[in-house]
Amino acid sequence: MGNALSIGSVSGTAVPILGNDVDTDRIVPARYLKEITFDQMGDYLFYDARYDEGHNPREDHPLNQDQYQSASIMLVEKNFGCGSSREHAPQAIKRAGFEAIIGESFAEIFSGNCKNLGIVTGGLSRDHLDQLIQRVKQSPSLTLRLDIESSVLKLGEDVSFPVSIKSSHQKAFLDGTWDELALLKLNDNKIKAVANDLPYFHW
Amino acid sequence: MSTGTLYDKIWDSHKVTTLPSGMDQLLIGLHMVHEVTSPQAFSSLRERQQVVRYPNRTFATMDHIVPTDSISRPFADPQAELMASTLEKNTKDFGVPLFDFSTGKQGIVHMIGPELGLTQPGMTIACGDSHTSTHGAFGSLAFGIGTTEVRNVLETQTLALSRLKVRRIVVNGSLRPGVYAKDVILRIIAELGVKGGLGYAYEYAGNVFDQMSMEGRMTVCNMSIEGGARIGYVNPDQTTYNYIKGREYAPKSMDQAMAYWETICSDADAQYDDELIIDGDTIEPMVTWGINPGQALGVSSTLPFLDQVSDEQTAREAFGFMAFDEGQSIESIPIDVAFIGSCTNGRISDLREAAEILKGKRIHPDVKAMVVPGSQQVLKQAESEGLDQIFKAAGVQWRNAGCSMCLAMNPDRLEGNQICASSSNRNFIGRQGSPNGRTLLMSPAMVATAALHGHVFDVRKELNHG
Repeated sequence: MGNALSIGSVSGTAVPILGNDVDTDRIVPARYLKEITFDQMGDYLFYDARYDEGHNPREDHPLNQDQYQSASIMLVEKNFGCGSSREHAPQAIKRAGFEAIIGESFAEIFSGNCKNLGIVTGGLSRDHLDQLIQRVKQSPSLTLRLDIESSVLKLGEDVSFPVSIKSSHQKAFLDGTWDELALLKLNDNKIKAVANDLPYFHW
Repeated sequence: MSTGTLYDKIWDSHKVTTLPSGMDQLLIGLHMVHEVTSPQAFSSLRERQQVVRYPNRTFATMDHIVPTDSISRPFADPQAELMASTLEKNTKDFGVPLFDFSTGKQGIVHMIGPELGLTQPGMTIACGDSHTSTHGAFGSLAFGIGTTEVRNVLETQTLALSRLKVRRIVVNGSLRPGVYAKDVILRIIAELGVKGGLGYAYEYAGNVFDQMSMEGRMTVCNMSIEGGARIGYVNPDQTTYNYIKGREYAPKSMDQAMAYWETICSDADAQYDDELIIDGDTIEPMVTWGINPGQALGVSSTLPFLDQVSDEQTAREAFGFMAFDEGQSIESIPIDVAFIGSCTNGRISDLREAAEILKGKRIHPDVKAMVVPGSQQVLKQAESEGLDQIFKAAGVQWRNAGCSMCLAMNPDRLEGNQICASSSNRNFIGRQGSPNGRTLLMSPAMVATAALHGHVFDVRKELNHG
């Protein structure tokens, strides 16, 4: 089963964003949350790491380097997206052109927020991640292809790594139901019945 | 898979159905809303001409962007004013009660739920804020959500969720003088790590929690997320019921409610997926030295050497950012700013503990200190007890209620590479508003002690020698 929103695979070049426990405050600093839409969030992605105090781009940040400008896959390390539940973080990532994030592990709320926006988060073993980062640094134009159904990441033509994608996310991407609202709305009678059975809904 | 726990029982009683993805659709009993993570969700409903499904189970306040010096409108910051006026319009248009300044009930969203008696055992509670885990102190399943999920709850009162495993964390024994709930949770996170809780809900149990006040339980549950656990809870007991009784939204029949709440507690023979046991007598006042809440040590310790730590990469990054030396004593770290407040430690008991330290003394002349009560009700209570006078006499600023310098979305923020002793929850790079500002997390009593001395100092010595 699929629809126009189905995501079967993600292809593109990658950019490594290294570090463990990269929190959502680092992905979008709190002072940039003071907006009532998500429209500008892409501009604030990793702001304090990407720009100096005079708002000039730092040359040492991968997102400011020419060879990574076309990247649509982000490579990260452990516990990426920890901390605040702000959806501004995955919104910024999506609006900056990323469709998938591959890393060793992800914080739970962040990973769910990504899924709700159609961004794939895939887990890779440490060994494979190290190899992948090495390969991408050597040749930034290397095309990666993440196939959702088989959960396999292909590097160019010759190398494949198994990727772990949460089974509920995998099914939702393939079915095109990663935005769950329509599914949740189908069950209104059941919702009423559960509410009716809970004592505190009547207190 | 756990069985017979409070987590399992509340999950099962709120389950609507299993979705095709394998996730469960759960009914949400209480939805708390604030100005930062809700505007896009309300806009989505408005664009599609939808209504809030259960407005009487939805409550709003403003906390993140509010200034704490002057709350006169319009706010000086036009962006903050727009966020506030947007929340006012959205709650009015959609029929959601808003606790604003005029009600005297405004405050940090995780303060006012419990204060008003909205937060109760046996509920599922969601809010677009990761510290929603605070409400688990009452024996509820409470967790933070993103804005797409805020929209889903507004429109359907439900969420799609995957069931978590349950780890029981037992803290036996008792806490020594000068050791507080904040130290308990910092110790737990230091033991399990900031990603130790991924995939888990934490059930806190044992004598230390049985004896702990509701305020203390809230502090511990609040920081569950800092250990990677989206949910933390304590089984409800008489302490819980005594706290709820008489509050504005408490059940009309407490007897009927208590009978129900007893049924949702974890069974004596409940099965857990994992267990951690800590001896409460061994817990010291804790201080973070690095860039995540797991990089914490007892105050009598010295900073680690890189070849001793489990995550050398993050430790190296932390030493680089904090500009501290390997092997340096924690008490030798100077501070520039002291902040007491936040949803972790902005409650009346926290303010009393800080005031006890500061009473009749003056803070160090090089330190800027502020106390930001977590809510208007805490502010009022503190002033009725004269705590504000103790703080002012000590040279500490007394502010209005809000999130303030925990995340610096308002004008309260660090400058340059200042070091802040903070009772908040996150020592992340840039968290307190300056890209190179540095944060040391500790209990309110330890923050007050550091403010007196101008550097980190063991509160136990301060209590002994007055």
